[in-house]
Amino acid sequence: MSTLKIEDVHSDYQGLVILNGLSLNIQRGEIAALLGPSGCGKTTLLRAIAGLQPISAGRISINKRLLSGDEHFVPSEQREVGMIFQDYALFPHLTVADNILFGVKGLTSAERQARLTEMLALVKLDGLEKRYPHELSGGQQQRVSIARALAYEPELLLLDEPFSNIDAKVRNEMMLEIRSILKQRDVSAIFVTHSKDEAFVFADKLALFNQGAIVQYGCAEALYSAPADKYVAEFLGEGNYLAAQVVDGFTVSTPLGMLVSTAPMLFDVGHKGELLLRPEQIDIHANGQGDGLIVERRFLGSNCYYRVLVGTQGYDVRSAKNDLALGERVHLAVIPHSLVLLSPAE
Amino acid sequence: MILGFARRWSLISYLIAVILTLPLLAIIVQAAVPGEAIFAHLLDTVLPTYIFNTLALMLCVCIGAVVLALPAAWCIARCDFPGRQLFQWALLLPLAMPAYVVAYVYTDLLDYAGPIQRGIRAVFGWQSPQDYYFPDVRTLMGAAVMLALVLFPYIYLLARTAFMEQSSSLQHAARVMGCSPWQSFWRLSLPMARPALAVGASLVAMETAADFATVSYFSVPTLTTAVYDTWLGYGSLSAAAKLSAIMLLVIFCMIGSERFARRKQKLFQKQAELNERDRYPLSAPKAWLATFYCAGLLLLAFLLPFGVLVSYAWQYFEVSWNHEFLQYSINSLYIALLVALLTAVIAIVLMFVRRCSPRRSDLLPSRLASTGYALPGTVLAIGILVPLTYMDFTINDIYAYFDRQGPGLVLSGSIFALIFAFSIRFVAIAIGSVESSYKRISPTLDMASITMGLRPNALLRKVHLPLLRKGIFAGVLLVFIECMKELPAALLLRPVGFENLATYVFQFVSDEQLEHGALAAIVIVLVGFIPLIYLNRSLEHNT
Repeated sequence: MSTLKIEDVHSDYQGLVILNGLSLNIQRGEIAALLGPSGCGKTTLLRAIAGLQPISAGRISINKRLLSGDEHFVPSEQREVGMIFQDYALFPHLTVADNILFGVKGLTSAERQARLTEMLALVKLDGLEKRYPHELSGGQQQRVSIARALAYEPELLLLDEPFSNIDAKVRNEMMLEIRSILKQRDVSAIFVTHSKDEAFVFADKLALFNQGAIVQYGCAEALYSAPADKYVAEFLGEGNYLAAQVVDGFTVSTPLGMLVSTAPMLFDVGHKGELLLRPEQIDIHANGQGDGLIVERRFLGSNCYYRVLVGTQGYDVRSAKNDLALGERVHLAVIPHSLVLLSPAE
Repeated sequence: MILGFARRWSLISYLIAVILTLPLLAIIVQAAVPGEAIFAHLLDTVLPTYIFNTLALMLCVCIGAVVLALPAAWCIARCDFPGRQLFQWALLLPLAMPAYVVAYVYTDLLDYAGPIQRGIRAVFGWQSPQDYYFPDVRTLMGAAVMLALVLFPYIYLLARTAFMEQSSSLQHAARVMGCSPWQSFWRLSLPMARPALAVGASLVAMETAADFATVSYFSVPTLTTAVYDTWLGYGSLSAAAKLSAIMLLVIFCMIGSERFARRKQKLFQKQAELNERDRYPLSAPKAWLATFYCAGLLLLAFLLPFGVLVSYAWQYFEVSWNHEFLQYSINSLYIALLVALLTAVIAIVLMFVRRCSPRRSDLLPSRLASTGYALPGTVLAIGILVPLTYMDFTINDIYAYFDRQGPGLVLSGSIFALIFAFSIRFVAIAIGSVESSYKRISPTLDMASITMGLRPNALLRKVHLPLLRKGIFAGVLLVFIECMKELPAALLLRPVGFENLATYVFQFVSDEQLEHGALAAIVIVLVGFIPLIYLNRSLEHNT
């Protein structure tokens, strides 16, 4: 059963189209990332879901309850969504305890106290309930904002770039911690970010944005290994793009020779496109007679990056072999996988 | 912004805005009604002189204030010299002095019978005014000097801030490229401070245009005194309204030019502040010159007149400390308090709507309500009398229709008119104060609150009000003080027999008896100190 349903939503601001016919479904307990460059409309969508921003067409509903659309508008305060903001938006005049209990309604004082204790334990802030926000570290403030958003048990949690202010060292740990809290309570969440790394770590599903629309939606692996177009492919990682022509259902002809896919390709014979090869999908061997020449080498720890020139075409290669030297002659081979042929960019 | 924010809030804010702009509308309407004999007569005879005097006075005061303020502002912002820390705030003190009190004190010192001229005569053995030349204080130029002495701190304050905000890297660049400190002042500091100077000058010009007491005391006829005389002398509200309209035209031209000057201000304020270490260390003679200049300015503009007031108050304490003084102090206090609280409530409502409403049209009411600050007290008073007398007549007509004795001038002849006028004139201060507080509350707090189920009224009560507390308090304080000081509107609108401290002091000034009113004048000055402390502290924090 789907928690959130977004159908053909449009939004514009002062004549500028921000959301352009956008649809999305999120299942119960799922964490979805809205991923895209800044200005692509992902925060606008988040705010539209919270009822903080108007939509000009389309429908937004949670658990089959229509929130926006068809001349119908449920005010933010009646939507029962939780939101975590980039700057956390903690109330500076309230203590941690008052912040956390701010949205909690209809409980006796004993129940409120119990809820507070539970929340503090959940985000590991026991003993800090009397502090004011400015007396906490950034990570602690972040956790208060999460406790506050979960304390009133919203249907859906919205997170607006919540990790961008966190130090890179603790960010990963923080994300995993919060992810486990959400999973533990089976909360559906939507998470806005411009960082693919954050999206990979934190989300179950990715929705990649471009200019107010979702280009592709699915789990991270699917988007990475089978991107719908070059925009998705480039956003999610480095790649080599080779001119390719389909020879038969499994084979394409490329500058690296005939390549055979492990899965059938749905293109007609003779179709021309660009073949995506991720740097780790190319195998590299030292070979004195090889046609490749290493022109650049960067050691990255667990692996090594090489720039290899074959004829006039350069290739990015990432390999666990780190003993190849600059200027060494090599041979490149494509590791067998399901080939991805993209339509050439206009 | 809250989508679906109830329209009744917008309605309330528009209602408030309309009520507060009523006087402005009244003057515009009255000005459009065909003229009567008195106005035509004024136009033929004295009006050109009045307009000339007003403009000449504004120009002279602006020039005078810039000349007085600029050296002090630059030295304090950019140089190190003995007493710098003290002068930094002390040069704001003259703002607390009412110009007419300064004018009175200098007239007393400088006229024929005063100590200066007596001394000169004694030294040179002169016997009569024919023997020597001495400038007359009670002229347009004299009034300009008096006003410049009390108004220069506006320019000083803005220029000082502007100089301090100019980043040191720019100064360094100029120095590296071969500018002497003097050249870098003319080529860099001054042009960059120009918007701030323009804002300061327009404030000074507006205060000058609104000044009634000084020019009236010096018998220099300006548009402001003309408005006053036309109403109280000829009893012609419509001619007074037409004069007011001319005055408004002058004021609005000024505001327009100020906005024009301010349009680039953001550019100048973005830069990092000046580093403490980058002040010029002055050589001893230059440093003492700077100290001497600032000390002289402070002495002339504040210490001397205030000293004279204190000595008057000391000598005449027995006469001054009487029932009247206490009664009028209480009058001033409670009106000021009432207006301060009223404007705070209005400001909160208007700014709350402005913040929450998703409708662009709701930006308008708070702007409309703020226009009152541009109206000089006399003009505002006329603008208030027009609709209030009309309403009074209507009320009495209704009573008469039912053969009953009407209540008389319940609106225009009571302190209602006074409170109405003060609220209109000073609500802009409260709005500004609440507005700047609001800017410091992140909009995400609103979003967080309403996503957690808070309705707009609860948002105001539980989140905004606690966070706005300081801004509201500052607004209340500033409005309170302005109300204590405001004279022209009080003179025109006070009910018969009602006095407050300002009108009381002015009465003594025009009767050449300030000695007896010195105690009341000191109260006004001391109350005026409070905002200066606040103003200076907030600037220190910002920069």
